[in-house]
Amino acid sequence: MSDPATTICLNLRIWRQATADAAGAFASYRLEQVSTDLSLLEALDRLNGQLIAAGERPVGFEHDCREGICGACGFLVNGQAHGPQAATTVCQLYLRQFADGDTLVLEPFRARAFPLLQDLSVDRSAFDRLLMAGGYCSVNTGSAPEANAILIGRDQATSAFDTATCIGCGACVASCPNASASLFVAAKLAHLGQLPQGQPERARRALAMQQRMAAEGFGSCSNHLECEAVCPKQISADWISWMRRESWR
Amino acid sequence: MSRTRLDPRLPEGPLASAWQRTREGLPLISPSNKRRLRVLVVGTGLAGSSAAATLAEQGYRVQVLTYHDSPRRAHSVAAQGGINAARNYAADGDSVERLFGDTVRGGDFRAREAGCHRLAEISGAIIDQCVAQGVPFAREYGGLLAQRNFGGALVSRTFYARGQTGQQLLYGAVQALLRQVEAARVELFTRREMLELITVDGVARGVICRHRLSGELETFLADAVVLATGGYSNVFHLSTNAVQSNASAIWRAHCRGALFANPCFTQIHPTCIPSGDGDQSKLTLMSESLRNDGRIWLPLQPGDRRDPNSIPEAERDYFLERQYPTYGNMVPRDVASRRARELCLAGHGVGPGGRSVYLDLAEAIARDGTGAIESRYGNLLEMYARISGEDPTTTPMRIYPAPHYTMGGLWVDYHLMSTIPGLFVLGEANFSEHGANRLGASALMQGLADGYFIAPATITAWLAGQPHPAVNADHPACREARAAAAARIAALLVPAGRGPVAAGAGRRPVEAYHRQLGQLMIEACGISRQGGQLRAALLELEALAQRCAEELRVSDHGTPNNPELEKALRLQDFLGLAELMLRDALAREESCGAHFREEHQSPEGEARRDDEHFAHIAAWEHRPGAEPVRHSEPLTYSAIQPSQRNYR
Repeated sequence: MSDPATTICLNLRIWRQATADAAGAFASYRLEQVSTDLSLLEALDRLNGQLIAAGERPVGFEHDCREGICGACGFLVNGQAHGPQAATTVCQLYLRQFADGDTLVLEPFRARAFPLLQDLSVDRSAFDRLLMAGGYCSVNTGSAPEANAILIGRDQATSAFDTATCIGCGACVASCPNASASLFVAAKLAHLGQLPQGQPERARRALAMQQRMAAEGFGSCSNHLECEAVCPKQISADWISWMRRESWR
Repeated sequence: MSRTRLDPRLPEGPLASAWQRTREGLPLISPSNKRRLRVLVVGTGLAGSSAAATLAEQGYRVQVLTYHDSPRRAHSVAAQGGINAARNYAADGDSVERLFGDTVRGGDFRAREAGCHRLAEISGAIIDQCVAQGVPFAREYGGLLAQRNFGGALVSRTFYARGQTGQQLLYGAVQALLRQVEAARVELFTRREMLELITVDGVARGVICRHRLSGELETFLADAVVLATGGYSNVFHLSTNAVQSNASAIWRAHCRGALFANPCFTQIHPTCIPSGDGDQSKLTLMSESLRNDGRIWLPLQPGDRRDPNSIPEAERDYFLERQYPTYGNMVPRDVASRRARELCLAGHGVGPGGRSVYLDLAEAIARDGTGAIESRYGNLLEMYARISGEDPTTTPMRIYPAPHYTMGGLWVDYHLMSTIPGLFVLGEANFSEHGANRLGASALMQGLADGYFIAPATITAWLAGQPHPAVNADHPACREARAAAAARIAALLVPAGRGPVAAGAGRRPVEAYHRQLGQLMIEACGISRQGGQLRAALLELEALAQRCAEELRVSDHGTPNNPELEKALRLQDFLGLAELMLRDALAREESCGAHFREEHQSPEGEARRDDEHFAHIAAWEHRPGAEPVRHSEPLTYSAIQPSQRNYR
């Protein structure tokens, strides 16, 4: 009944590090006859099944929605954040992207502001602290004016939406030689700064979030644009230039 | 049990002003006293984040727990379609009364009128609040908010942000929450998984959590506890939920005395990308807006394995159009799902295992052009191509129904308080206003209505009316709850590589057991249910639970974190809940909404509701070591009279 699925064998070299303080090293594994209809995370599930059966500790990695929207997953695949496919989180990276016998090197995002937790997992709570510095409109519940009281042009709303789609995965930081969070911060400033609701706090927000970025140990932007190349939501690095101008407001 | 325990505290008098009258009658608390009162919120989805932010704005000391690394990851983020609001901006005759009526009818007369009416009343204020937060809703060229038609409603009342409405609403609520964290009015505790509810003298006073990194058990105490921990579709293993979504918080509260309402009311979404490989970990929803342009069909001949494009028109069965000439491919979710399942079981299904049907865009593409269809469904088609490896503009898409949303949940009264005083339950976690079937684009509305507007008012009333004796972590109730959690963990762990219970204990992934549970549940308690099968499933489940008790162990590798342990703890709770679902499905001898009992259908195969015997909410009481007890809360209708659905 079932259609024959294509299967391949994969060699995996995975960064293994039991705890934040322990020494880490690459370990090699082999997956036999794995269906190309599986995502890379499902292949890791299968590898973990093998490790559990062998009495070994499974590989730690972050994940949840597995449809590319929660932003929990993310690691480097052969040196690229979220792997070779454009506009894709690693949970949506399917094995049909790879050939039989390929070797995949999986390693965690590395940045001072993202301390390593275990194997492929890092702590990205610094992103929440960047938002805490000003990534919001200060309106309490119940005090909002009528929704259509302020008109917002369609193009303006669309542009704000495009920057608001950032899922906070951290690929931009991991791919930046300076481990800068400029694209993350610029996206939030641009989301709110393009809307009338974000105007009252616009200048203060731009300053506060950029200061917080430095305080959290993220670097500065030097226009490598790797962030834009790996962003699963394809947020443009032009917004970083836009952010620069915000500082002069 | 006394009847008073199931008092829904419904308002008296006319429906239209009931919520306003209730709110105005609720007591208030002075700002200086609010600062001394603590509220604990578990979960940071739409309901949890919005409630926590609002309670903090009002001056309470709020603590927030989430199992994620960040509140932004909660699964509300994945909601695609939109959020309903009765604003009549489209000037197509919508009103609070119409949204109210649609909600009651959509729920197939198994929800409370007062709750549905309140939801419709509040809906407009939710849009105001979200716009003020900077949620980038879709706009018309003139700058006004855009609305679209959704889920068979006759009016356009669904507000949306492309196919990412849940994401944008969640970020609005999370940003409001983080603003309060920065102001030190909220303490945010991430990577905490709730394992037990703490009750002191029958009143909810806190929870026991396990820190997912350190592995330590922690005690959190408060004057009111809010659970906003989402639904339980993952009892089916494969669902559209995030893979870590779980029922542990509500199940543990249930085991501590909170009644569980209508557990068998679970919604199956007809348009999902079907399962293929045995290692697949989840199912992905494709917005049902695709049914506007896609024609659903199967080969007329069972077992026809030809390439779909080579099957001639005369050998295709457009079964929804054939069976429902009026609504065609746009019949409600449960009807579409059921018809697809029947034909797949009869051997007409396509794809791996014969478990999918075609959704064909060819006619729409011939009519409007590939460009128009791509711009209409752009991100959906891309997502489908990425997951399936096929181009939906040249090959018919394969879809199949998947568990998606659970209408059942912890029983709450009109104040959203469970049968445990001081325990409030919000969003999908409660059994709420969707009755036996939820309307499209109403989940986001309910989560935010609960969190922004209802709970902050009713929790204030609860806190104003109660003395709150001080409790600390050494209180016997806290020690007992903590010991219970510790015992469950200890019973699961075995040293890595060895096993005292059975040879190789801890050597089988928890996932394998969960997959088994899921198969059992989707077959017996999914799209279609039948008495004999439900009884057989109860026996099978008992055997599986027994096997899990004997075999299910997790290796302790000496690291403080242990994802397998988390899975095992969640699975134990799913096993308990699965039994309750089967019992509830068995006891409800009628077909209503998403609950279809094969014994109760018309000769044409349509659902047959039994208002005489089942116009009530079933609320189950947990009894340790004994069968649960089914209580009922009668439903009465004054504004809308129960009627039968007809889509033919």
